[in-house]
Formats: sequence, structure tokens, C-alpha cells
Amino acid sequence: MKRLLILGAGTGGTIMANHLRKALKPGEWEIAIADARDKHYYQPGFLFLPFGQYAPEDIVKPITDFIPKDVVFLHKEAQKINPAAKSVSFADGEDYAYDILIIATGTEIAPEEVAGMAGPEWRKSVFDFYSFEGALALRDKLATWEGGRLVVHITEMPIKCPVAPLEFSFLADSFFKEKNMRDKVSITYVTPLSGAFTKPKATATLEYLLKEKNIAIEPDFAIESVDNEKKVIRDYGGREVPFDLLVTVPTNKGSELIENSGLGDDLAFVPTDKSTLQSKIHPDIFVIGDATNVPTSKAGSVVHFEAEILTENILNYIQSKDMKAAFDGHANCFVETGGGKALLIDFNYDHEPVEGTFPIPGIGPLRLLKENRINHLGKLAFRWIYWNILLKARPIPFVTPEMQTAGKNFN
Amino acid sequence: MEKQIAGKTISVNEEGFMTDFSQWDKAVGEALAAENNLQLTPRHWEVIEYIQKEYKNDVPLSIRKIGKSGVVDIKEFYELFPVAPLKTATKIAGIPKPVSCI
Repeated sequence: MKRLLILGAGTGGTIMANHLRKALKPGEWEIAIADARDKHYYQPGFLFLPFGQYAPEDIVKPITDFIPKDVVFLHKEAQKINPAAKSVSFADGEDYAYDILIIATGTEIAPEEVAGMAGPEWRKSVFDFYSFEGALALRDKLATWEGGRLVVHITEMPIKCPVAPLEFSFLADSFFKEKNMRDKVSITYVTPLSGAFTKPKATATLEYLLKEKNIAIEPDFAIESVDNEKKVIRDYGGREVPFDLLVTVPTNKGSELIENSGLGDDLAFVPTDKSTLQSKIHPDIFVIGDATNVPTSKAGSVVHFEAEILTENILNYIQSKDMKAAFDGHANCFVETGGGKALLIDFNYDHEPVEGTFPIPGIGPLRLLKENRINHLGKLAFRWIYWNILLKARPIPFVTPEMQTAGKNFN
Repeated sequence: MEKQIAGKTISVNEEGFMTDFSQWDKAVGEALAAENNLQLTPRHWEVIEYIQKEYKNDVPLSIRKIGKSGVVDIKEFYELFPVAPLKTATKIAGIPKPVSCI
């Protein structure tokens, strides 16, 4: 019996377990999935948790609810990948020998990468919302915060869900308006990039949102430190931005397992062929989702599209055929703009987000790069789709892994 | 849009970033630097060659990454390109500025 091992039972690992269990005969292939955790978080919900729009129980379920039967769940911590020996060593001293390995270990926040970020003010006036604990701590802070300077900050790219900090700023604007205290709060968005929007079409179409919501921008800010005493963030050029409440997206890094195995780049992301999703480490190792270094967004939709491509390529690889399926970098993301509205963006390696209709060209019903209520309802409905369709690797009608150019307005 | 620089025609976007790297050469780089009030030294060129190499390998650029490159530390990077260093350096190098998804 051959053995396929998946490391990580988050979005990517779980979808792959479901795809491959349908595609590979149980008598021929053992499939195992390893994760030290026992909870599966609906990560898009981390955005809503701080504002009390979702409760913790809305976004967490047991990992095992989504692992198909006939897939072995290894509930333990992987410590080292040994590509030459084709095995993975676990913390309990056991080794698991594989024929094919899928790395789906995601990305974690690393506040310790910036001087002072994980200092005395961490989770007092310095928060993240990229972890369940961080989002929950921020919810409690916001519930009693009396106002002041809110600074929403991105440390460095790449980050998971690059639009989330912008969505956070928009939702914060709505949140404080609803609490009748918007006049007591200033919102500043601090980014290492040249602006909140960096693509020409999105900039032209969406820049008005910042003005409308009175959000100030500090661009080109490369953070050097968080000063816990003065309550400022400082950049390498000496520029300072003062805060009363800092909501930061710390450096995103790949898993410690990747670092310990010496398989990652300087941020512990695994060098991966951006088209086939085969690792550049060893032909028997494939990579999906946030763990890769492929140049598209780290996002659940990307994982969903990659999974279809990767399944096809792994089946081809097993049969010694060419890996013909090519991932195009497709991402599809709802972007909350506050006040019960959202945008939808659809893009890939080669095409920036533009206006148009989705998923049915010319019809919709969703509109691209335009804020409206139906997109917001789409984002809310997506939680159900995630638990019931996406994780179980069932097809989503009309939505293909390759980005469709039809229905998009490119000029 | 098109632009005349260093005796050549180059394609640039609204912000003046080149859109076709094959049109770039060192004379173009020098002229783009002059537009940003910079005179390029051998240290500038080492940084520019490094970021061009990373770009060709699809590696996303960040200031921290440049600081860890072994080519230059962050302090010197700011001394070489004092205003919005990453944006300025990529512009002179003829490659797109680092972007997000929107």
C-alpha cells in the first residue's frame, strides 16, 4: 500500500484530503493528515469577531468533522520533514514514511520580528486580528475603548488576505459610527506599500472610500520598532505615527516545521512551482495555500482553486504523466466596505481586479469592484459555503479554478 | 504611455514605472535616477542589480528582505534612496513597484 501524507488540517489540507480520498482507491493508497490542533477556524471570521458581528462559536468546529472516513488523522505535532528519507518525524518520536507529501502548514503571525511589537503593550494597546486569540482580545478592548487614535498597520508583505486590514479600517469606521463615537476616533492606515490601493483600476475605482470614511493614509512606512512608552510606531527613516490603539498585521511567516526542516525561504515559505504546485525541494513534495511562495494572494479562495489543480497534478504524477494542470494565480475575494456593503474582486497572476459581472458573464448576479449589499450578503453566505461545500471539496456552481476573462471590463 | 529618456522611447504607466523591462538599460536607469534627484554610485548599482534579480525570480520585495540580502543594510538603503526607498529603487531598476492585490 502506498502512503500519502498531508501536513496541516487547515483549509488546504482538509480540501486535499477530501479531493484525494475520492480520487485514490482506499485499497491502494493510505491517506493521512497530521495536525497538532483539534479545532478548525473559519479564518475570514477573524475580521468580524472584534466587532462582535460573529461570536467565537460561529467560526470554530472540530477538525475531525471535515476529515473523510478512510483518512487517518494523526493528531500530533510534526517536527521535521526529511525529503531524502521520504519521511516526517513527529514529536512523539514516531516517523511516518510517505510516497507523496503535501505541505499545507499555512502561515503564522510573528510579532517578535519587529522590535517592541510583542512588548509590554501587546494585547493591551497593541493587537492583531490574524489569530483567534488576538481577534478575541481585540473584541474585548473595542467593547470598552473610549476613543482616540486608531492605527491600522501592515508590517510587511506578503500577508494572508492582503485586503483584511483595509476591511478592518472600513468596519471600524462603521462600528464607531454605530456607537455614536466616530468623532472621538481618528483612523490612520499605515502601509509599507505606496498606498491603500496599489493597482491602477482599484485605485481609480475605490480611492473615494478612504475619503468617504475619513481614513488617513501613511504610505511607504517600513516599520523599525513599536515604542511601548511613547506609544508610537517608528519607521527606518525616523518617521513616527502615534497611536492609542494599534491594530497591526505582524510579519507573516511559514510554519516553524518548515524552518526547522530548512526547507523555506527567509520567511519560511516553501519554494513552489507557481504553475504545477510541485515543490522545488523534491519531486515527491507538493505544496498548497499560504505555505507556498507563489506570487498570488494568501487566501482561502486561492487554496480552493489550487486544490483542484493540485489534485489533477498529483494523479498525473502518480501515473508518471505530465503535470498538465496549470494554476493561474486565481483569487476571488469579498471585501467588506462597512455599512452592510462589500466589494467582490476576481484576479490572477496576470490580471488585476477590474469591474464586471460574476460568476456568470454579463449576468452576475454579483458585481466586481463595486460596493453593494448583495456582495455583503455573499460574504456572509460564504461561511455556510465554506463549512458545507468548500472544505468537503464539492464544486461551487459556475466558479472555475481558472479565472474567466469573460464578463470583465479590462480597458 | 510612452516617454523619451536617455535617447530612447520607453513605455511607462501613470506613475512613471516602466512596463517593459526589455527597454531598460543602464543609461535609462541613470536618467530615471536623475529625475529622482539621485546620482547613482557603485553601491546604488549593487542594490539595483539585486532587486532586478529577485524580481526575475518572482520574489516579492520588501525593505526587510533587502536589509537581509547581504548587499546592503536598511540604514544604508535609506541613505542611498532617502525618499520612499523601495518605490524609488524599483522605479530606477525598471521593474514594477511592490503591490498588493488591489
